[in-house]
Amino acid sequence: MAGMPHRSGTHRSPLRRKSSSDDRAMRLFILVIAAYLVIALALPLYVMFSKSLENSQGAFVGFQNYLEYFNTPALVYSIQNSLFIGVVTTTITVTIAFILAYALTRSRMPGKPVFKTIAMIPILVPSLLPGIALIYLFGRQGLINELLFGYEIYGPIGIVIAEVFFTLPHALIIIITALSIADARLYEAATALRANRARIFFTVTLPGVRYGLISAAFVVFTLSVTDFGAPKVIGGDFNVLATDIYKQVIGQQNFEMGAVVSMVLLLPAGLAFVVDRIVQKKQVALLSARAVPLEPLPNKRFDTVMLTYSIIISIFILGILGVCQFAALVKFFPYNLSLGLSNYQFDLMDGGGWDSYFNSIEMASYTAVFGTIVVFAGAYLVEKGQGLGPIRGAFQFLAMLPMAIPGLVLGLAYIFFFNAPSNPLNFLYHTMAILVISTITHFYTVSHLTATTALKQMDSQFESVAASLKQPFYRTFMRVTVPVCTPAILDISIYLFVNAMTTVSAVVFLYSPHTTLASVAVLNMDDAGDIAPAAAMGMMIFYTAAGVKILHYLLSRGIEARTQAWRVAVAK
Amino acid sequence: MSEVFLKIENLTKNFGQFTALRDISLEVFQGEFVCFLGPSGCGKTTLLRAIAGLDIQTQGSIAQAGADISVLPPAERDFGIVFQSYALFPNLSVEKNVAYGLESRRAQRDGISQRVAELLALVDLADQAKKYPAQLSGGQQQRVALARALATSPGLLLLDEPLSALDAKVRAHLRMEIKNLQRRLAVTTIMVTHDQEEALTMADRIVVMNHGIIEQIGTPQEIYASPASQFVADFIGTMNFLSAKVASPGKCLLDATEVAVDTSGLEAGQQVQLAVRPEDIHLEAKESGSAKEQNQTPGTIESLEYLGAFVRATVKLHQSGVRVQADLSSGNIDQSAMVAQTAVAVTFPADKIRLYPLGT
Repeated sequence: MAGMPHRSGTHRSPLRRKSSSDDRAMRLFILVIAAYLVIALALPLYVMFSKSLENSQGAFVGFQNYLEYFNTPALVYSIQNSLFIGVVTTTITVTIAFILAYALTRSRMPGKPVFKTIAMIPILVPSLLPGIALIYLFGRQGLINELLFGYEIYGPIGIVIAEVFFTLPHALIIIITALSIADARLYEAATALRANRARIFFTVTLPGVRYGLISAAFVVFTLSVTDFGAPKVIGGDFNVLATDIYKQVIGQQNFEMGAVVSMVLLLPAGLAFVVDRIVQKKQVALLSARAVPLEPLPNKRFDTVMLTYSIIISIFILGILGVCQFAALVKFFPYNLSLGLSNYQFDLMDGGGWDSYFNSIEMASYTAVFGTIVVFAGAYLVEKGQGLGPIRGAFQFLAMLPMAIPGLVLGLAYIFFFNAPSNPLNFLYHTMAILVISTITHFYTVSHLTATTALKQMDSQFESVAASLKQPFYRTFMRVTVPVCTPAILDISIYLFVNAMTTVSAVVFLYSPHTTLASVAVLNMDDAGDIAPAAAMGMMIFYTAAGVKILHYLLSRGIEARTQAWRVAVAK
Repeated sequence: MSEVFLKIENLTKNFGQFTALRDISLEVFQGEFVCFLGPSGCGKTTLLRAIAGLDIQTQGSIAQAGADISVLPPAERDFGIVFQSYALFPNLSVEKNVAYGLESRRAQRDGISQRVAELLALVDLADQAKKYPAQLSGGQQQRVALARALATSPGLLLLDEPLSALDAKVRAHLRMEIKNLQRRLAVTTIMVTHDQEEALTMADRIVVMNHGIIEQIGTPQEIYASPASQFVADFIGTMNFLSAKVASPGKCLLDATEVAVDTSGLEAGQQVQLAVRPEDIHLEAKESGSAKEQNQTPGTIESLEYLGAFVRATVKLHQSGVRVQADLSSGNIDQSAMVAQTAVAVTFPADKIRLYPLGT
């Protein structure tokens, strides 16, 4: 048989598998979810781009708006300012986060879980909140403003401190992950070769986490450049791109210029996104190596230094929160420091009152429920579906895109797209639904990655076995995929809920008088000078998000206990 | 064994520019146990996945039980499958895993549990029904996967390296069990493996594959004793290869030594590879000048390797300086006479050696 001649010249088209009913159903579903991403993401962005090429009458003017933009010094300064904030924040945050992550993974100091939990707190508050705390601490009548030695907190100093607070947990998670995958054998080898601690640090530790550090740097840079909350509250006259968009749209009703600034803001975010994707791919290669986990050895002096450091960082974070809570309870700062709940009478202030708080909870719940369904089903179909290769590729791209789109840009794009009278989806404008859609889309990427990671960890043969047993895909999905992925599904829903509670940027352009939100209320009350009620509302958001997180923790523990018998296998 | 159950004709599979299967044709008979054997990348798993409909072939047809299934999706074919990873559903108990394919068939609840009990008894796991896969050993998990695949009484059982994740002892034991089970149920079975021992002990027929083509199809005895190509000779068992030249019909020349051998299909003067297994070579302690018998050439033992059941000698042939390996079983010869540097007469029995034209 070895030398059997094979037919040549007969070029027939390759065989194609007959579609099963499963294939057809899965293709239909993936098209539906892809259509969602097109409508909620691709089309609005396209419309915004074309708006940036139009004048206020809607006539096409080419790049005239861009010329006008770059000839307005006040606007161009913002680019420089944004980059300055981004670079300084990135340097400080990554440094602080690295040392903290090092303390949490490589020392034997006590209380690690407590310090880690505290460091995660900023995720649970709107980025407006640290700004408010800084006003109370370092503002003109601030509690300790003499510590600034005459410098002004309103401006770059305030923005950077607030951004460091806001971005710390994001950097910390990435760097902890990078430090945790260290291979103990490398350290043993280095020690056996008589390298000292410093040499080991520079030849083993740092190279091992370099991708993590790069990744963390880009995440922090993107967050701080695109963040709107901190510069809005404490930026003073220091304009950045994000506040420019807001001012152009809300202040001057100059939507076209808002679109131009949005396009400019897409550049650094987009660049950071692309670099991060490249780095992430390399990180995966490092991960796949089979490593022996590193157990840090006790070292009294080192552990004490690390403990002291962790305490200082924790004081910073808890201090910001504590000041906000104090501000919320003080009757009339700084003249009447007696405590009371008068600042919680939100119905007496601008911003939507208590309704906005309950709207936020409603919005966050819808986002968590529908977002989790859409994201998980979408990730499942992309991972496990057959055929439609190009569409699955496009889907994957669209799912990654929101990471690079600042919330304000997305919100503005929604105005252009959904508010157009000619759009049949116009009825969504000014509804709860558009807030939910924009929030799901804004936070799509991380959720999608969480779902994809969980799905990839499942044996890829489950579907083949199920098909050989003639089981429809949805049965295996419900009976095996969903139960096995329950922890990831819970993670996604909590992530969406917490972000929906705290986000300001995307929804600030989209709420209506009936659908005011707590985070927007913080912004508007602060804008109106009601800073104490703004702090009070911000803390309400914190307590709600923290409550949900604790609930999540307890729920996860319960599930873990109940599924202990079979979980072992999944962990393998 | 007479009826053709699976008929594969002119199967080709391309992945882009790479050809994984090249014009494969093969018949599998009803109730037969066939092994696809070959090194990794030879196309054996690709062929199995084409038969299952998991990765469809680029060209060619597959017929099962007389029906053309070439382009059917897996769910419309009739097979059960066991993967190397077993792919047991981790959140379902052993009995629920086994029952997975039965439940939607509107079978009565009693009928299902009876069938599950029957299958678990069959694989000797009746007492493990309530456990989860993670609580079982690798061998037990493997048997659950087998029971699940057999639950729906498929016409064809596909096994994709089912034993390679297990340790040697369990593997040897399960080899027997699977083989007995297959014989008892008379289910047509195809197993993919890279382990020749597995193929030799379990298969009715072995399909040896390399670079996307079939090198040889035959019973284990045929494959081992009469390898059809140099690749098969090299891949199965241990083989010495020596450069030689066909001298005349029935004779070849190994350096200065004339060797009687079957030369059918070869021409005089053709360069060939002479293949002989270590266990077929005879060694006899003898002074170098006296190795003059039929198919005999002088050599010296260079080193001895103790391998438990036998001793493997590395012998340097005087005429060419080439080294061959020869096995000395304890009953075969007086081992005490065989130490390093012993001069020996090396005999290649005419009926045990084969010639392969150079370059195949």
